Amino acid sequence: MSDVTLNAATANPEATPRSAPLTAVGPIAWARTNLFAGWLSTAVTLVCGYLIIRAVMGFVDWAFINAIWSVPVNANGVAQTQACRDLAGSGACWAVVTEKHRFMLFGTYPYEQHWRPALVCILFVALYIVSALKRFWNWTLIPIWAGTLTAIGVLMWGGVLGLPYVPQERWGGLPITLILATFGLAFAFPLSILVALGRRSNLPAIKVLCVLYVELIRGVPLISLLFMASVMFPLFLPEGMNIDKLLRAQIAIILFAGAYLAEVVRAGLQSLPKGQYEAADAMGLSYWQKTGFIILPQALRTVIPPLVNTFIGFFKDTSLVLIIGIFDLLTAGKTAIVEPAWQGFGIEVYVFVGLIYLVFCFAMSKYSAGLETDLNKHRRR
Amino acid sequence: MSAAIETEGQIASAARTDAPPAIVLDKVNKWFGALHVLRDVNLQVALGERVVVCGPSGSGKSTMIRCINRLETHQEGKILVDGIELSDDLRALDAIRREVGMVFQSFNLFPHLTVLENCTLAPIWVRKMPKKAAEELAMEYLTRVKIPEQALKYPGQLSGGQQQRVAIARALCMKPKIMLFDEPTSALDPEMIKEVLDTMVMLADTGMTMIVVTHEMGFARQVADRVVFMDRGEVVEVGTPEQVFNDPKTDRLQMFLSQILRGH
Repeated sequence: MSDVTLNAATANPEATPRSAPLTAVGPIAWARTNLFAGWLSTAVTLVCGYLIIRAVMGFVDWAFINAIWSVPVNANGVAQTQACRDLAGSGACWAVVTEKHRFMLFGTYPYEQHWRPALVCILFVALYIVSALKRFWNWTLIPIWAGTLTAIGVLMWGGVLGLPYVPQERWGGLPITLILATFGLAFAFPLSILVALGRRSNLPAIKVLCVLYVELIRGVPLISLLFMASVMFPLFLPEGMNIDKLLRAQIAIILFAGAYLAEVVRAGLQSLPKGQYEAADAMGLSYWQKTGFIILPQALRTVIPPLVNTFIGFFKDTSLVLIIGIFDLLTAGKTAIVEPAWQGFGIEVYVFVGLIYLVFCFAMSKYSAGLETDLNKHRRR
Repeated sequence: MSAAIETEGQIASAARTDAPPAIVLDKVNKWFGALHVLRDVNLQVALGERVVVCGPSGSGKSTMIRCINRLETHQEGKILVDGIELSDDLRALDAIRREVGMVFQSFNLFPHLTVLENCTLAPIWVRKMPKKAAEELAMEYLTRVKIPEQALKYPGQLSGGQQQRVAIARALCMKPKIMLFDEPTSALDPEMIKEVLDTMVMLADTGMTMIVVTHEMGFARQVADRVVFMDRGEVVEVGTPEQVFNDPKTDRLQMFLSQILRGH
């Protein structure tokens, strides 16, 4: 038997191990293998290169070289946008952003009080950063969140500490988007974990309730839920009782996001081998100890990518509240160009608003990628 | 026929020790759907006794020991562990699981926790031990299974044999009265089986009550007070290793032994 398989190299334990075959490295070698491997690949590279350069140059021309950054305003406070119109689309009219950014960011909030929503946005970003730091992943996060959210409420409403009262109808822009997204996901995520656990419960009543919740909420469009929250819900309330429109929209978003996230979490629970449950049971851990120490930490790590996918989706879906008349960032942007002087400059506004969404979503995406590597250290050898 | 041998075995064990039985299985029956997996299983294990359970695959031996800490529920009959009857009473179940450690074929270590955290989790949260004491205890057992230097690694960084030894240490950290082993070496490469068996022999020498489902006949001969042979959900023969291996009384056991010996 050994005649066939043995050779000098394997028979001799002292034999020096062979290193892996050399591969060419460096940018030129890379380009040769990936871009210019043959006449077809060279042709495709050249054509694509030409198209990309043309597109980039066109964009640079439009966005920077031919762009107008500001326009004069006449005595009546009306912007003179003739210069922008003369461009006829060959350059961007960033003047609309320069001129209207306060309205886009803060909607109809009283102009002289804009520092308050601005501070709110900064508080939100600070809250995200603190929550993202592993150092703060303990009980201190609870007072930090409670404190920050109270401060945000005080700043937005006012009426205390010498701040003039601003009714919710006048709020708008970025703070609305951040409020809806932050409260929405902060409440929907724990809710979804409970629902996902409930769906796998042995108790029939809890299981049926969770299945019903997920299937009912997931089966209707978010827009119809928002309509129900805004139009139907007040009909069921007793005379004279009124719940804030923003709060109703917020609840609709929490319920909707909760149903979607619950299925993501359930996928994570499903992915755990049965042996993990059995080992925890055999050691005498209680249900909540087992769930908290063994099951959820593993299940949630597995589903970080689809969880963040859903988070990002809902961050943008908050813009649907426009249909019940709440001025989020996107709606405020759209409303900014209703004014006759600025009509027709939608592209610039949407690019600006899109960039804000992009910054938040990209940050979430980058953070989750880092988190995934960090939390899955144990899978590395 | 099998019933007669059964009684004989029990008399033998009762004569061996006067200690109260740690585990009693009385006419235990279990079905998976229509499949009758445990048929009138009777077994008594005395405190400090080492019992090896063997039998062909599908004979119900794993199901039987999984019934003892209620990872499976039996439908008929009675199971008493440490004097407490297994029932739907959760408090009784918690009390039993505290006293019964289990080692699985596929280790079932918690991959997201370090070896040390695996060992201290249950002592801290179930036994309410202070963290420091639990860590000292864990290090003591990790030393005893000869892997203290791996304490801060994750299970995925260890070999199969090392993982199974961690699993044994983890179970021991709860200071159980009884240890159940469900084919602890079946998922291991041949060169790692010995290190796990050695650990189990060492544990047997401390006087631990053990029920071991295994095909390792050498281990059974060396350690077992009694060997239980199961087939098709029934306990077919019970006796000392010499009785069972050298003088099988039933055709089924003879056939099983000849297959095992041919395999080795």
